[in-house]
Amino acid sequence: MSAPPVIAFAHVGKSFDGGRVKAVDDVSLEVHAGEFLTIVGGSGSGKTTLLRLANRLIDADQGRISIEGEDVRAVDPVQLRRRIGYVFQNGGLFPHMSVAGNIGITPKLLGTPAAEIAARVDELLDLVRLDRAQHRDRLPQELSGGQRQRVGVARALAAKPRIVLMDEPFGALDPLTRDALSQDYRALHDRLGLTTIMITHDMAEALLLADRIAVMHAGKLLAQGTAAELSGSGDAYVGQLLRTPRRQAERLNALLPANPSRDGKDGAA
Amino acid sequence: MNLLSDPRWSDAVSHLPDYLGNHVRVSVTALALGLLISLPLAIAARNRPLLRGALLGLASVVQTVPGLALLALFYPLLLALASLSLAWFGFDFSAFGFLPSVLALALYSMLPVLRNTITGLRGVDPALIEAAQGVGMTPRQSLFTVELPLALPVMMAGIRTAAVWVIGTATLSTPIGQTSLGNYIFAGLQTQNWVFVLFGCAAAALLALVVDQLLALIETGIRLRSRLRVALGALGIVALLAATLVPALARPPSSYIVGAKTFAEQYVLAALIAERLQAANLSAASREGLGSNVIFDALVSGDIDVYVDYSGTLWANQFHHSDIRPREVLLSELKTILAQQKVTLLGELGFENAYALVMPRKRAEQLGIRTISDLVPYAGTMSMAADYEFFSRPEWAGIQKAYGLKFRTQRQMQPDFMYAAVASGEVDVIAGYTSDGLIAKYDLVVLNDDRHAIPPYDAIVLLAPKRADDQALRSALQPLLGRIDIATMRAANLRAAGGNAAASPNEVARWLWNRIAKQP
Repeated sequence: MSAPPVIAFAHVGKSFDGGRVKAVDDVSLEVHAGEFLTIVGGSGSGKTTLLRLANRLIDADQGRISIEGEDVRAVDPVQLRRRIGYVFQNGGLFPHMSVAGNIGITPKLLGTPAAEIAARVDELLDLVRLDRAQHRDRLPQELSGGQRQRVGVARALAAKPRIVLMDEPFGALDPLTRDALSQDYRALHDRLGLTTIMITHDMAEALLLADRIAVMHAGKLLAQGTAAELSGSGDAYVGQLLRTPRRQAERLNALLPANPSRDGKDGAA
Repeated sequence: MNLLSDPRWSDAVSHLPDYLGNHVRVSVTALALGLLISLPLAIAARNRPLLRGALLGLASVVQTVPGLALLALFYPLLLALASLSLAWFGFDFSAFGFLPSVLALALYSMLPVLRNTITGLRGVDPALIEAAQGVGMTPRQSLFTVELPLALPVMMAGIRTAAVWVIGTATLSTPIGQTSLGNYIFAGLQTQNWVFVLFGCAAAALLALVVDQLLALIETGIRLRSRLRVALGALGIVALLAATLVPALARPPSSYIVGAKTFAEQYVLAALIAERLQAANLSAASREGLGSNVIFDALVSGDIDVYVDYSGTLWANQFHHSDIRPREVLLSELKTILAQQKVTLLGELGFENAYALVMPRKRAEQLGIRTISDLVPYAGTMSMAADYEFFSRPEWAGIQKAYGLKFRTQRQMQPDFMYAAVASGEVDVIAGYTSDGLIAKYDLVVLNDDRHAIPPYDAIVLLAPKRADDQALRSALQPLLGRIDIATMRAANLRAAGGNAAASPNEVARWLWNRIAKQP
């Protein structure tokens, strides 16, 4: 690809506890404009740390991270975060602010006039498919888990960022809601021309949603590429990660009838 | 008598605007100052374990100091500061009353505010603080829009605790010269006016309750994002403050302040002096319940204009003389020492209020005890009680040295209860006051100080340096000098201890003046 990457990690390292724990170890990774990348790995693999390094919630010890061509160390971290959308695990919504207050927070920090924020909030509620009038003035604890994550996505998109970082955004949701939300988000990603990095520990979700997948284990980047490219990886761990969803799919195929009857005409019971 | 028709209620009510107003002003100022100091400190310390530990430790230590002692400590501290500031910067400030009270109470308010603010801020979910960062907040924006609002319920609980503590403890600012609802309590305890005690306690409790509820209104207002509630709560506190300022501004300031220590005789004498000044068309007010460590300094610095002290007290306690001089010698030497501080010893009132060992007459006669020397052989099997200061006073050291007295037990007691305790046999001997009316009431006898170990305690009228040449003041007080003998004072004190309507210091002062005026 000839265009410069939107997000680039080059030999990035980060350790905690005075160097005893290497959370991210010499990782190089590029994400290009419009790309949807998922990072897969078990807990403690360093995937969340890598994400937090991108918008300087933490700073790297080694290597270089650039966002839209700029070294992040040269940018004011607060300004940087305001132009990158971030969706937190479990939403991270402020419990003392209404849905509208949560969604409008970044535009408000940027000094956008109140009327404009209100219009933007309604627009975003439509975008994440929440009813404006019904949800605008609610407090987060009055929402279901899925609704909360929809608000989280709307908040991340409020200041019209070109980049969105998502930290296991749908991990705690029931499978149906989770599927609906990830499909909805993928559609938004395409429609708004976003560049997205999403973290997940679910390989099936990663494979189905992303353009490319990066696999992390013990702080290292084991492999990256499309689903097809990954299947050609010789790495044992990657192979194991890919085998699990495939085996599950095969077993499900065997267990479920190929064309489930919907009208119950030939249903026996 | 019907409880509510007791004229002491209306007497109590008549003091309410003054006492309550001062109480509100000193408490609210102290609380505001306390918050102004504690909140930024707590915010600064929330992520600094060392500073946090030091602050909370210090505030806890302050809390363990009894309120009365903390208040009393601020007076000499400020007095020293005032004289330093006079020497260095050429200006002076009053170390009396308002300022030391506000500082001590502010210090007292700090622990609950510090602890709850720190606890509240540290209790905020770290994921939310990260979310605040993630959406692009600066640390300051995160503090004000996320952390403080989320910590608010816990913080407000601390502020409300502090408010109740400050309002309660402010009653103890009376002895350092700050008028407060404590004036009711101190005066009531000393003059056995239980109506006053009850009234003072109830008023302080009610005030604490009202302020607590106003703060609760602000708290729910912030939580429910109801501007109306916040405004109403804030308005309530402002209104309370304003209401107390109105009578204070409307009243012309009195030109003469008469001081009184914390016992009934002093209340009566201060009332008598104030009445004499008013009779001479000099406006006068009394500042009662001042600690004996505070009152002389207050006179020297001009915070009060006139008060009655006792020669032996000044000699031994104020000027730290341990030798005992004959009465006339002591008085004339005292006059010289006082003159060095520009304090005028106007003259003696005519009676002595000395410490004396006192026991029931019957028991003394049984054992054949007339003098302290007679007491010595029995002391080992006897218990003795005295007021809170006696055992640490030089007089007691002097008595012990002169007679070799050693009692089986020594107890400290509220002076009012001491006489009843010795009369009922709960203790065998007390260190009483010779002018106390209760000596006659309980049929007690004063033991003769045959070795002259107790210095003379003539009641003397002292004038502040700025009143040294005040002829109007001098001539108004002249008729009192040498006119109050020990029998008259005892009778007056007995009346003051009567615990009824005729026992108010003003009533007794009026009775006393009638007695004096009738004398040839």
